[in-house]
Amino acid sequence: MADIAEQIVDLVVEISGEDEVADERDIDLFEEEILDSMAAIELLVAIKDEFGVSIAPTELDRSEMNTVNKIIARVSERL
Amino acid sequence: MDFYVEPAFFVLCAPIAIIACVMGVLERPLKRYSLVVSVVMLFLLFFRTPGTLIYAAVYLAVSVALYGVALWSREDSSRSEDAPHGMRSLPYGVLVGVQLLPLVAYKVGVLVRPDFPGFLGISYITFKAVQVLLEVHDGLITDMTYLEYLGFLSFFPTFTSGPIMRSRAYVQDVRTPLSRDGYLDRLYRGLGWFVLGALYKFVGAALAQWFMWFVPVVVGGGVLGWLVTVFGYGMDLFFDFAGYSDMAMGLGLVLGVEVPRNFRAPFVATDIKEFWDRWHISLSTWLRDFVFMRFSQFAISHKLFKSRLTCACVGFMLNMVLMGAWHGITPDYLVYGLYHGLLLAGCHAMQKKWKFYKAHRRDRWFMVASWAVTMVAVFFGFALFGGYVVTPLLG
Repeated sequence: MADIAEQIVDLVVEISGEDEVADERDIDLFEEEILDSMAAIELLVAIKDEFGVSIAPTELDRSEMNTVNKIIARVSERL
Repeated sequence: MDFYVEPAFFVLCAPIAIIACVMGVLERPLKRYSLVVSVVMLFLLFFRTPGTLIYAAVYLAVSVALYGVALWSREDSSRSEDAPHGMRSLPYGVLVGVQLLPLVAYKVGVLVRPDFPGFLGISYITFKAVQVLLEVHDGLITDMTYLEYLGFLSFFPTFTSGPIMRSRAYVQDVRTPLSRDGYLDRLYRGLGWFVLGALYKFVGAALAQWFMWFVPVVVGGGVLGWLVTVFGYGMDLFFDFAGYSDMAMGLGLVLGVEVPRNFRAPFVATDIKEFWDRWHISLSTWLRDFVFMRFSQFAISHKLFKSRLTCACVGFMLNMVLMGAWHGITPDYLVYGLYHGLLLAGCHAMQKKWKFYKAHRRDRWFMVASWAVTMVAVFFGFALFGGYVVTPLLG
């Protein structure tokens, strides 16, 4: 579980180029403009490559994956 | 009988709504009722031209059959999970192709023969059916019944011109029993939207049309006349379509179904991306979800572009050119699509790269200037759409 969390934090930091998400896992990634819709798609692709978890583009509402912790939860429940 | 135009439609809506009210207040489910009413209304829409009636009926039947095949091949493929992905997704390409064929044939066919077979609402039903096929493929739709699907496709308030509904929201709506208060809440909101929509369409659009024809006569032709005509045309487009959409949303609510909102004050948008979040929302979100996002996902995982920005710009172009072509394969619509694709790509690139924008975008003066530029761009887009630019230039 901790591993998954670390890996996802790394992915978000890598894609967004913002380090602060590592410490603040509950900030709204879209409102704070850490991710935009293109970066979100890139994240979905990376999650599929890394964990083999495929999340369809219309599967989740933005409100279901707008923080690092929510993304960790969505991936964990699908593993 | 044309929906939302002929008086007969409104006269018929009254008893339909009254029966729905009684059933809603008695907490009876409206699912079957709205299916029966929709089938009757579609019959009335098409019965004057029997060929069209038969075409629409066959289209519905084939769509339901395609849904069945999609469900079946999904189950089949989940049993053989180790088959290569390309092999498994091939049948969906074929299914979506068959689903798209009548619309594509119609759009191309009318160029050759203006009376090429089609039926009112074929564009909108295609959007709904393709959404279902793609989401069956994604494993998001597994248990929608055939009758629910038929009810979704034939739902008469949105049949002819949208808003484009989404099947999962629809199914959730018709499956959730409504309490009396829950129904009354939808009823009141529905009546409000219906009245507002009627005002938009029959007062707002009528005034805009009057403005569009009368004022140019007073000010004469030339550039000023052209500007006034285009302004009136844009306002007419908005009031007519937003009015229609609001009435459809209202009627849907009276039948207990939430229909997605299609317009949200588009003329306050301060950039072109925001405009598309507010104008014909159900179309732009459909294209975003099923064209832009899927294209981007494909492009990123196959590393087609060096940068995310390039990928987004190509995605915007693809999205909007498709949108233009969907309106019709004519120079006016194609240029309209291309124009909005360029605007979106340009806007996106500017927001990502222009430091001045990042520094000042929240300043009041910048927002006002940005709004003004956006509105000029939007109305020029209406001029393209309405055939006030390309057609005259082509002679």
